[in-house]
Amino acid sequence: MANENNKTSETNENTAKSENKKALRSVSATPHIRDHSSTARIMSLVIVALMPATLDGIRVFGPKALAIILISIVSCIVFEWGFEKITKQKVTIGDRSAVLTGLLLALNLPVSVPLWMPVLGGFFAIVVVKMLFGGLGKNFMNPALGARCFLMLSFSKLMTDFSYRPGGNGADVVSGPTALASLKNGEAYDLKQMFLGYEAGTIGETSALSLLLGGCFLIAIGVIGWELTYTYILSLLVFVAIFSGHGLDINYLSAHVYGGGLMLGAFFMATDYVTRPITKKGQILYGIFLGVLTGIFRLYGPGAEGVSYAIIIGNLIVPLIERVTLPKHFGYQKPAKAAKN
Amino acid sequence: MLKLTFRGGCHPYDGKDLSKDKAIKEWLPKGELVYPLSQHIGAPAKVIVEKGSHVLAGECIAEAGGFVSAPIYASVSGTVKSVEKRRVVTGDLVDCIIIENDGKYEKAPAITDKPYEEMSREEVIATIQKAGIVGMGGAGFPTHVKLSPKEPDKIDTVIVNCAECEPYLTSDYRKMLEEPDLLIKGLQIETALFQNARGVLAVEDNKPDCIKLLKEKTKDLENISVAVLKTKYPQGSERQLIYAVTKRQINSKMLPADAGCIVNNVDTVISICNAVTKGEPLMHRIVTVTGDAIKDPQNFKVLTGTDYSELIEAAGGFIQEPKKIISGGPMMGFALFDLHIPVTKTSSALLCMTEDEVARWEPSACINCGRCVEVCPSRLVPAHLADHAEHFNEEEFLRYNGMECVECGSCSYVCPAKRQLAQSIKTMRKIQLAKRKK
Repeated sequence: MANENNKTSETNENTAKSENKKALRSVSATPHIRDHSSTARIMSLVIVALMPATLDGIRVFGPKALAIILISIVSCIVFEWGFEKITKQKVTIGDRSAVLTGLLLALNLPVSVPLWMPVLGGFFAIVVVKMLFGGLGKNFMNPALGARCFLMLSFSKLMTDFSYRPGGNGADVVSGPTALASLKNGEAYDLKQMFLGYEAGTIGETSALSLLLGGCFLIAIGVIGWELTYTYILSLLVFVAIFSGHGLDINYLSAHVYGGGLMLGAFFMATDYVTRPITKKGQILYGIFLGVLTGIFRLYGPGAEGVSYAIIIGNLIVPLIERVTLPKHFGYQKPAKAAKN
Repeated sequence: MLKLTFRGGCHPYDGKDLSKDKAIKEWLPKGELVYPLSQHIGAPAKVIVEKGSHVLAGECIAEAGGFVSAPIYASVSGTVKSVEKRRVVTGDLVDCIIIENDGKYEKAPAITDKPYEEMSREEVIATIQKAGIVGMGGAGFPTHVKLSPKEPDKIDTVIVNCAECEPYLTSDYRKMLEEPDLLIKGLQIETALFQNARGVLAVEDNKPDCIKLLKEKTKDLENISVAVLKTKYPQGSERQLIYAVTKRQINSKMLPADAGCIVNNVDTVISICNAVTKGEPLMHRIVTVTGDAIKDPQNFKVLTGTDYSELIEAAGGFIQEPKKIISGGPMMGFALFDLHIPVTKTSSALLCMTEDEVARWEPSACINCGRCVEVCPSRLVPAHLADHAEHFNEEEFLRYNGMECVECGSCSYVCPAKRQLAQSIKTMRKIQLAKRKK
């Protein structure tokens, strides 16, 4: 149009005088159509993708796992609602992100923790990590992981007690090191059991199979891209192959992939939209950073596990990654060449 | 077969089935006709008629106000009622010539009586200029300016934009099916202006019948070919179209001619043919009247200056009171609060929708999902650009290459948080463009 002045004021008084006596029709800036995606829908899809791992966790660790999951979800919702009520903001629990945070937090807790643990974790995740920084989309750290690391540092003993009763109360307590800890100490490990989730660990991290199912579902429907997860796992493997001294031992490498929080972290935590870089290039860089960091923590750190710390440290360097991975726009020309035109 | 495309873009519901099988019908206006003096990019036209003077259909009523401008022709015979401010699609009040139709459609003499075969290159361009032809895809850039690049020998590809990637629009589709010979003739006239040029008809693959017909018609023509494009919005965007056809990229500081290309819309090319071979000035165009609120969606051949409300009537009126009426397509068209708006050279459709999808959703916080980055055909980061625009952070907006945005609206379309990304970016772009002019 000749005059591109896109005036979209809906309160134009002049037209009230025109013969058209009907109410003014609504106007808006372009585009006038929207697709059917929504934040709540995306959150729901991630929750659905976590269901195999959740159900597996309940199956292996018994009804107490279910109790921890429910308490965690409910407390996250209540804290978000309460915080928004107290600070007189719009209540946003409808976007289902609090449900997801609650679920992820529970999946990151061992089944042996006391029941106040998920409540405290929910408070830290929602109020301290998320709401104090401005709510959904503004937090610079993954809330569930932030809370997990907080609990790990504050209650290390409770948080690393991986004893559990397979299938519920009737069974005997199984206690022992996680598969990853056995791996680190050079003890025996059973790859098949690790893949299926019959091992010590947090509620949601043990079954590589169900996490893989959920993760592939998310990639297949396009909720997350494959790049970040792929580069994360691959770079960890490369790092481990080079520095562990085991070289290309396929069993040893597989154990690193199935063991610990890598599957949960790489598919569901590192890919958290808010705290990962927005461009594909940035995500690849971020994946490599996470892989190397996890490798360092696993091989040289005091504990066997490294995914949670790697991801929250990774979260902190995301703004820097974003800065260096600003995409070249369409039609970009090198300054020297552009000067000629 | 290899289908040409670009990176990014989205797939909105296309809605073309509503009107794609409706043959073009001519609609003769009843009431007064309104001719805005600015129907193109550039200086407004200058009025050369007076109140009360009698004009013929095809008579010039306003001459070009400069080189980058275009004259305006009366599309009916009748009397000039007045020159006054009227509202146009953008919502602005613009100087318009109002003509009372006498219903006789007496024709003025042709703008040129020289046969095309005898015309020189300059005369062809002069005829196009005289006919008042502008880019009829929506931008309204005067065509004679496009056809006069600094170095005509460097033009090697003349593209006809047959993509019609905007949902709901079928006017170009109908033209291609019904007047393919005029289209090809028009393209030949254009390619003949540039000694090194080949002609390309670039059609999206959702119009297989057009592709078949045009391939059939052009199979014996040496320098004219049909390019099949992947159906994706915004394939019809000039930069994306040039890239799809030639793999050359241009940015906001360059013209298509810098990539050796000239791009014109289907209706524009047919108007060129009509002007050069028949001496007809630009005074009608095809308008698709469609949407789920319209009883009988149609494609009309409409005289410029016709009131939009007449077209609603012509299409059988509303089945249901529409919530939103859009001039043009749903992605880049203008929402109208009032129907008494004239058809201009750049009107392509009148879309009446029973639901306002924008109002249905409340914008919420960005969750950084990156879908806008994936769809942006200019390869920008719309989420960050919109943040900078909303915070009026001009420096960062420019550093993030906000001026490279083509305003296609794909980012707003896919945003799950329903943010008004395109709106914020466009507003900031306008501010920056206004500053540049100063």
